[in-house]
Amino acid sequence: MSDFDEARALAVDTVVDPRHPMPVHQRIYPLDAIWVLYDRILNVTPQTVDAADRDRFLMSKGHIPAAYYAVLATKGFIPKDWLTDVGGTQSALGAHPDRTRVPGVEISSGSLGHGLPLAVGEVLGMRAQGLTRPGVYVLVGDGELDEGSNHEAIAFAGATGLEQLVAVVVDNRSASHRHPQGMTTQFEANGWTSATVESSDHAALADALLDRRPGHPHVVVATTPQGD
Amino acid sequence: MRDVFTSETARLLDHEPRLAVVLAAISAGAPAFRKAAADHPDRVINLGIREQLMIGVAGGLALTGMRPIAHSYAPFLVERAFEQIKLDFGHQGASGVLVSVGASYDWAEGGYTHFSPRDVALFDTIPDWRVVIPGHPDEVAEGLRDAVASDDSHYIRLSLRTNATPHDTRGRLVPMRHGSEATVVAVGPMLDPVLAATADLDVTVAYTNTPRPFDSSGLLSLLDRQPQDNVIMVEPYLAGTSTWLVSDALSDRSHRLKSLGVGREDLHAFGTADDHDRWHGLDPAGLRTAITDFLRP
Repeated sequence: MSDFDEARALAVDTVVDPRHPMPVHQRIYPLDAIWVLYDRILNVTPQTVDAADRDRFLMSKGHIPAAYYAVLATKGFIPKDWLTDVGGTQSALGAHPDRTRVPGVEISSGSLGHGLPLAVGEVLGMRAQGLTRPGVYVLVGDGELDEGSNHEAIAFAGATGLEQLVAVVVDNRSASHRHPQGMTTQFEANGWTSATVESSDHAALADALLDRRPGHPHVVVATTPQGD
Repeated sequence: MRDVFTSETARLLDHEPRLAVVLAAISAGAPAFRKAAADHPDRVINLGIREQLMIGVAGGLALTGMRPIAHSYAPFLVERAFEQIKLDFGHQGASGVLVSVGASYDWAEGGYTHFSPRDVALFDTIPDWRVVIPGHPDEVAEGLRDAVASDDSHYIRLSLRTNATPHDTRGRLVPMRHGSEATVVAVGPMLDPVLAATADLDVTVAYTNTPRPFDSSGLLSLLDRQPQDNVIMVEPYLAGTSTWLVSDALSDRSHRLKSLGVGREDLHAFGTADDHDRWHGLDPAGLRTAITDFLRP
């Protein structure tokens, strides 16, 4: 079994909330994007979770954590047996990630629309300390982009050319109202570069994530199959 | 107070490489901030009129080890993005310094949209925030330096209302005058009106410019000098904001408590801050009436 297959199996077996059973594809749809980030992109390991110059992954969309926890476990950030007790009284893993409890988790999330503003602050904080190379990658959902706080972050990051910022929009077509011009338009209108790829094509996803341009924040829309 | 804040912050930026200031247009044009932004372009960050982003960015800065100051008009700083204050600092295990101007009704002509009497009460709903209410411009710099040097989250509430002279309190409740009938606690700019209102009354007047954490043991020490546990809280923000803390401190003692401050009403009125003091009973005459009524029910 490949590492990815192992992560997928872990994610599938992880029960976040037994009272709300969901089809597997709905429970783990961000898996491809998170896997590709940790497997091919992010300069961070279990040994460097506190390093000032690490790349940072912010799981803004915290309410689908099974895939995130599974990747962290497969990559050695947390023990795999933690995933058998998500939400338990003694568990560090909740139905939303808590950074104060889980090694490698960069932000506590759950309420939508906090990841991109926090990420803008992290880019600015690293830049003020001379750390101009590390990337800050933020996973947001297409529905989450409805939150106004994201619009503030997208406009400011574009206007000031925060090239260390990469937004990863996992598009499972959950926004209440379709984005009439497509997912990338509002980013591009604000000066971001963009790419749109199928989640399942890991090589293309990695290429898209690495295709950053100087002077521009970057967005990658990772689509999931129609009907998810 | 705002001038002291901007100039002292600019001075601190020269000496504290981890200090950063985040603005949402308000005060970005202040001369001290203009110069600081030229000297430290990566650490004086004007986000435009984006308060949710301002608090999120401050939290993100803190997560990289920076010490952020976020600043705006009080209702926009505290109320507009309160969920960001709740989640992007404490819940992340991060901390920062928030500095407001405007207070409860400093710009009375501006009306209700620019009034923020409920800010301190909001900080009481989340853990571990320290609150600084300077009563004089000369009390601002020390409060700011302490906040910047600390690892705790601080809310510093600046006002155009000031006492005639500054007082050094070091986080304690400091008696300005001793009496026997009651202890009147004056927070920040309420000290001078309280002193004027009680000039010929037999009461202790105690002052603090750091109401959080509340100096409960200091209050108990003052009450130990009096025959009865009579307390009057006079706060320049929402009336009753500190009632729960005084009640906690005196929970095992039979006591009487009167809480004076700004009312909840939207008066739909302008005028001056003095007018609003009078309408809320916080001018010396209004305070005197409330205090004497309490002492002689």
